[in-house]
Amino acid sequence: MFDQTSFLPTKELKMFKDRIQQVARDKIAPQAPWVDEKEFFNHEMESLLWDHGLLTLTFPERHGGYGKGQTIALCIAVEEIAKVCASSALLLIIQAVGSFPIIHGGSNKLKRKYLPQMSEGRKLVAYLVTEPTAGSDISGIQATAVREGNEYILNGSKCFATSGGVAGIYSVLAKTSEGNGSSSFFLVERESPGLLIGRTESKLGQRGSNTTEVFLENVRVPAENLLGREGDGFLIAMKDFDMSRPAIAAQALGIAEGAFGALIQFIKEKHSFAKPIADHPVIQAILADSAILIEASRGLAYRAAILNDEGKNSTKFASMAKCFAGDAAMKITTDTLDAIQVLSGYGFLKDSQVERMFRDAKLTQIFEGTNQIQRLVIARQILKESM
Amino acid sequence: MFQLDEEQRLILQSVQEIVQKEIKPRATVLDETGEFPWDAVRIFAKNDILNPLLPQTYGGVEVSTHTFCMIVEEIAKACASSALLLIAQAEGTLPIVYGADEFLKEKYLKRLAGDSQILIGLGAIEPTANSSLFSLPTRAERHGNAYILHGDRCFFKNGSVADFLVLYAYTDSSKGIHDLSAFIIEKGITGYVIKRDEDRMGMRGSIYSEISLENLVVPGENLVVQGGEVFSNILKTLSASRLFTAAQAIGVAQGAMEEALSYARRRVQFGKTLSHHAPIQCMIAEMATGIESARLLTYQAAFLFDQEEWKKAGTHTAMAKVIASDTAMKVTTDAVQIMGGYGYMKDYPVERMMRDAKLTQIHTGTNQIMRLIIGRDLAGIS
Repeated sequence: MFDQTSFLPTKELKMFKDRIQQVARDKIAPQAPWVDEKEFFNHEMESLLWDHGLLTLTFPERHGGYGKGQTIALCIAVEEIAKVCASSALLLIIQAVGSFPIIHGGSNKLKRKYLPQMSEGRKLVAYLVTEPTAGSDISGIQATAVREGNEYILNGSKCFATSGGVAGIYSVLAKTSEGNGSSSFFLVERESPGLLIGRTESKLGQRGSNTTEVFLENVRVPAENLLGREGDGFLIAMKDFDMSRPAIAAQALGIAEGAFGALIQFIKEKHSFAKPIADHPVIQAILADSAILIEASRGLAYRAAILNDEGKNSTKFASMAKCFAGDAAMKITTDTLDAIQVLSGYGFLKDSQVERMFRDAKLTQIFEGTNQIQRLVIARQILKESM
Repeated sequence: MFQLDEEQRLILQSVQEIVQKEIKPRATVLDETGEFPWDAVRIFAKNDILNPLLPQTYGGVEVSTHTFCMIVEEIAKACASSALLLIAQAEGTLPIVYGADEFLKEKYLKRLAGDSQILIGLGAIEPTANSSLFSLPTRAERHGNAYILHGDRCFFKNGSVADFLVLYAYTDSSKGIHDLSAFIIEKGITGYVIKRDEDRMGMRGSIYSEISLENLVVPGENLVVQGGEVFSNILKTLSASRLFTAAQAIGVAQGAMEEALSYARRRVQFGKTLSHHAPIQCMIAEMATGIESARLLTYQAAFLFDQEEWKKAGTHTAMAKVIASDTAMKVTTDAVQIMGGYGYMKDYPVERMMRDAKLTQIHTGTNQIMRLIIGRDLAGIS
């Protein structure tokens, strides 16, 4: 229905997309309703994603990475999977986000030690940045890392950590001094004494993902686990966003396409025995508006991803993509629920996959920086460009 | 124009107290378990607000439509499901009030008086776009002094718990809308088959049941209204339930805005509370502006109802329903947004309100259908 492939720069990416599409349809879609219902982190699904190399896409090539064009590859995989299960797609995103500070900040020695553990040892990564009092305002974090001899001692409380309870490795942001440029990332192992998993959160949507609190109480890590130099934390987090925001946009895009597909399916099924409801102007307006938003979201998401892969400044497009696609997914899933209800009276009921997609879509407007923050980022970038 | 009189003020004050003390604390669990709000039935009955529209002649308080809307709104601020309970009761009452003879009124309306916990409901399905405005799945055949009702896949609010229901059915489908009849059917009657209660996304503390009517025999005396009068009966009833949905939506929106405001005043980011950030102020301004305008339109429609200006009231209730429920959807979505990660978690009530708000755009006729009704009314197309 949508021509996704004309955007894609290489034949390999087109083949990659087809492969993921099939896995998503055959293996991931059937489990989507019950992981939502039971709020269940599905380890079988995790294994499947490892098997297909989808949890190492952004790693260096010899550790299972996609290689050239890894941001767009991540986006394509996320989009295809999010069409059927946003929670599973989120696992890909958080794996890329969490490993970013290690891949782009870790010393060669550290990477030689941990990347094989992660890729061959199949360890999930969590990204411990958000704190109870520091959400969009990363500079407000309270967690500390104090150097003592050849070690750092970490203390702090982190919340809303995706994969927090199932990860083997954590990228932790903590303050290494007072004032600006004061935070740094550290690699922390799950088994470290003093690292405690708090409670698992119950959420509105993307309920098949695992979200927990994580507490650090005098956690000692070797000094070599510092990622980048002291004070690089903020910069690494910002660069991470250039990759993760297009990926969130792709997730929102996938959710929207999933809902759109459900509506088309519905119209087709109803078509056979009723008068042609597809001719109804109310339904046509919803179809047209949704399709416009989907195509525009794709344009922004892919463009931001490709710019990032080309090593160009993509911050503005990353924020635009995330903001636009998130808002679009919310509107499309909301309207689709209405449309199905107009046609049948069942849209609101749990039986419909669209009500899950509606709940899942909301998160895309919130995480990796709320859409309000995205607007600030976009405006600042524009002002910077025009000065 | 909408200044409260002494009686309204007292009623609302007491509703507020009951809601704060008894309804609000139960809202989260009710949503979690998806059970019917039996506690709310008991509490509302005890305080004489389960059936506020019941005429005084039959032992009721008989508040105005406007007052009823404000009661629904007040309850919905804390718990939309509990507010839906009052709406279902009203939907079951009004067709009898509007159309039944003295015998039926005496027999059924009196059962709702005082601290009665009798549950009722309306068996009319919402109009859909792919058919005529009233695509009822129910048929009635006359057999001597009785009617035999058939119908598959009927979805009734309170379907499995109601003690009695008012049901609309076609007696002769070839004549379409002009051969509808309304009947009262009682709980436990043979042929009233409860298939299942639906699992829903929002307003989970309420019941929608799939019912099928299999050779259900209704005595002729339970015929509420038929022929020419039934059309205006069903229109008035549906208009009323749209109006109440508008009031419910305003309550949901107001509740969500208050939660978001209180959070925005506490939460510090970038060195100041969220309430000091301009984008958040804009969102709150949008919320409040939407709510106030929806509220005024809803009260205006209620006023027309109380004046018995039925035609104008019909158009206005459709407008009120659209603006109030679209506003509720936007306000609750933005309330989750302002509260960010916290808003998305089940610990806070705004994610529930967002799920609840979605139903207000859908039930008693989707907003898409409401727009068609408004358009046709204004264009003079029947």
